[in-house]
Amino acid sequence: MIRLNVNGQAHELDADPEMPLLWALRDLLGLTGTKYGCGQALCGACTVHLDGEAVRSCVTPLSRAADRKVTTIEGLANTALQDAWCDLAVPQCGFCQAGQLMTAAALLAEVPQPSDEQIDRSMAGNLCRCGTYSRIRAAIKRAAGAK
Amino acid sequence: MLRREFVGGLLVVVAGRALAVDRFKTSDEQLQKHSEGLRPNVFVHVASDGKVTLVNHRSEMGQGVRSTIPALLADELGADPARIEIEQADGDKKYGDQDTDGSNSIRGEYEDLRRAAATAREMLIAAAARKWHVSVASLTAHDHAVWGGGRSLGFGELADAAGKLPVPEPGSVKLRPRSEMKHVFRDLPLVDARAIATGTAKFGADVRLDGMLIAVIARPPVVGGKVIRFDDSKALAVPGVKKVLRMPEPTPPYKFQQWGGVAVVATNTWAALRGRERLQIEWDHGPNAAYDSDRYANELSQAVHQPGHVARKVGDVDAALARAAKTVEAEYHVPHLAHVSMEPPVAIVRFDDGKCEVWSATQNPQAARTQAAETLGIDESRVISHVTFLGGAFGRKSKSDFVAEAAHLAREAKAPVRVQWTREDDLRHDYYNAVNTQLLTAALDASGKVTAWRQRTAFPPIATTFSDVKGPSAGDLQQGVTDLPLAIPNVRAETCDASAHVRVGWLRSVYNIFHGFSAGSFMDELAHARGKDPRENLLELFGPTRVVTLEELGVDKLRNYGAPLEKHPIDTGRLHNVIERVTAMARWSDRGGRALGLAAHRSFLTYVAVVVSVKKNSLGKIAVDEAWLAADAGTVVNLERARSQMEGALIFGMSHAFYGGATMKAGVTEQSNFDTYRLVRMPDAPRALRVEIVQSDLPPGGIGEPGVPPVAPAIANAIFALTGQRIRRLPLMLAGVV
Repeated sequence: MIRLNVNGQAHELDADPEMPLLWALRDLLGLTGTKYGCGQALCGACTVHLDGEAVRSCVTPLSRAADRKVTTIEGLANTALQDAWCDLAVPQCGFCQAGQLMTAAALLAEVPQPSDEQIDRSMAGNLCRCGTYSRIRAAIKRAAGAK
Repeated sequence: MLRREFVGGLLVVVAGRALAVDRFKTSDEQLQKHSEGLRPNVFVHVASDGKVTLVNHRSEMGQGVRSTIPALLADELGADPARIEIEQADGDKKYGDQDTDGSNSIRGEYEDLRRAAATAREMLIAAAARKWHVSVASLTAHDHAVWGGGRSLGFGELADAAGKLPVPEPGSVKLRPRSEMKHVFRDLPLVDARAIATGTAKFGADVRLDGMLIAVIARPPVVGGKVIRFDDSKALAVPGVKKVLRMPEPTPPYKFQQWGGVAVVATNTWAALRGRERLQIEWDHGPNAAYDSDRYANELSQAVHQPGHVARKVGDVDAALARAAKTVEAEYHVPHLAHVSMEPPVAIVRFDDGKCEVWSATQNPQAARTQAAETLGIDESRVISHVTFLGGAFGRKSKSDFVAEAAHLAREAKAPVRVQWTREDDLRHDYYNAVNTQLLTAALDASGKVTAWRQRTAFPPIATTFSDVKGPSAGDLQQGVTDLPLAIPNVRAETCDASAHVRVGWLRSVYNIFHGFSAGSFMDELAHARGKDPRENLLELFGPTRVVTLEELGVDKLRNYGAPLEKHPIDTGRLHNVIERVTAMARWSDRGGRALGLAAHRSFLTYVAVVVSVKKNSLGKIAVDEAWLAADAGTVVNLERARSQMEGALIFGMSHAFYGGATMKAGVTEQSNFDTYRLVRMPDAPRALRVEIVQSDLPPGGIGEPGVPPVAPAIANAIFALTGQRIRRLPLMLAGVV
């Protein structure tokens, strides 16, 4: 049994400890807000927080997430950031946006007023095929300013 | 708003009571009689409690159609946008064309959709006129009510009475004057933003059914390959793996058939993936096992150095070339390009008691329905085809191959099945955009005037996926070759034969990608050969502001994206306008030391001009510093989504230019994930980008695709301005400059 704490809720999972957290969240717990995009930590669509740190859940085995605090997009409570996303109409298809938001939230938690370079560097691992980068940058700045 | 709820493991769309009826049996006439309120057609329902349900029949893939079509319907109806509910249509021919492709949702449906809403409005007004014993002409509908003589009746109060009236003929219905449309033609709210920002929006892979199994498939690595034999013992030993099933082999032409191979069906995705890794398969790689895309590029190059089939002819190009004071010639190459939507293809099928239900991230729910019916050998009326959010599509998801796979496996596994494509599957088994080589040749006279333009293009066309054709048709050249306005007295365009060794499909803006790249680059080359400013040269080559005739183009007919030329002429004045606007934004005439590149292109009935500014970064590599785009798409219903599509097109086009390219060795695609198929990331994205949309009263053009074609040539032209290096082969990374 693997004990998992997701968005403040405790779960016990009878699962392969090598199973990536991504598939446990999606298939076993039904938390489908976290997305599969590449399976190799190349696109960031699966980003969640592990004890507040942004990690790629597609390469995080369950064994590493056990007994730690997992936060997914369903549990993200950064209203300023999510409001900024909506106010600036950031999403296009929307598929990468949960990962973008989780990475951005982790950045803002660490650096409340990030520079352009810090934003670009932190967000470089999150792909958006629709090309919403300029609005993501603007939304992060807006959320940072709102604090 | 669309509300998807899970009831007993079933995904149901809750929107309007009409859905309670059996969709397998009930025709719309029956729906009209038995449902409360007013439902004059399949797009509009007004309930007696005032709730207005509007149907969005197109797929949402990031273009914002769910924020646009219902808003257009609501405005024409006179509904309060806060009191409407959006119902996502299933795939059904009763909605007309649902293929969300060709940048066609507004440009193709604008008037019909408005007429559907106007029909309901006229019936509500007629009902009020009867109650008040006044003429319909004295009444208006707005703010969710009918008004006249200081009185009003809410839509809900009128709905039942209106529903009993005869439905007027569509041709007799009058559309509102534009001045009465209070909401559209400006920025509209993004209705799904909150669901996306909170992780509740449901994409393809998010659909969960009771007892659902997950399948991943080991597909033949080479198109046309087959399984000789396989050993599944290790796969079946993986906990959670339920079945290993051989997939039926497709027969040419491949169309949207399943790809063949071996499927691993499991209780969760991880088990399915681990099972697939443990399959041992011996393949017969088939007729394309020798396909080498580098060698093929050389064959295309040889082809364009020979005369081809003439597709456009004005004057005498050979004579003009023979007497030229100077000739300019350049060969361009654009490789196969992959779609790589962020969500790989996915479909879920349940097949039970002869009935089939499909959930898929599809651009074309009707095609998904047809594909499922054909795969299962049942009548289409037994198939319900639901659409989820698409997670990006760009043309990939109008091909229903993944639905065929899920339908087959649902039957064989005797359980609902989700077929999950991995990123590797997506890159290796794409319907790639055609690979292309072109040769452009121009004649200049002694004064520097361009007297001849010859363009030869060679590519395996999309038709190869559907038949055994050997090269592009003249019609294929209507994306950027035969429809290209040129004020040059002698013009000839030719196509060359080219066979296909992969499945070729359409990718956002399709053949315009490479035709726009070559023409946009070559015009810039001519500017430098002539010693002219690229902007003045471009305006001169497109020629004076005019409507271009077929005779001038040198063609008998032009498909013109399915639109009549009288309604959507090729108007060089609009090209001039976007060029002038974009160069004004970019301060082209005052560029100082900046290296700017310009290109302009008409596609999908929309005119787009792009300027980019490039510089070298600290590593000496090219970076796009700023980008500007001006677009004239005629009437624009949702300005905000039009801007966002153009912003996205700049990045999409940049990815093609910088990194795009799927290459094949021994028939196998060499790229498999984002490390080998690179896309523009945030640090690559321009520091600033600015988009201007020209709003007008002209009929609407496309929005999703036309921003892409001018981007790559604008970048190549800017690189030339900065470095003097002319790059004619994409992607730019092959030249080491990015």
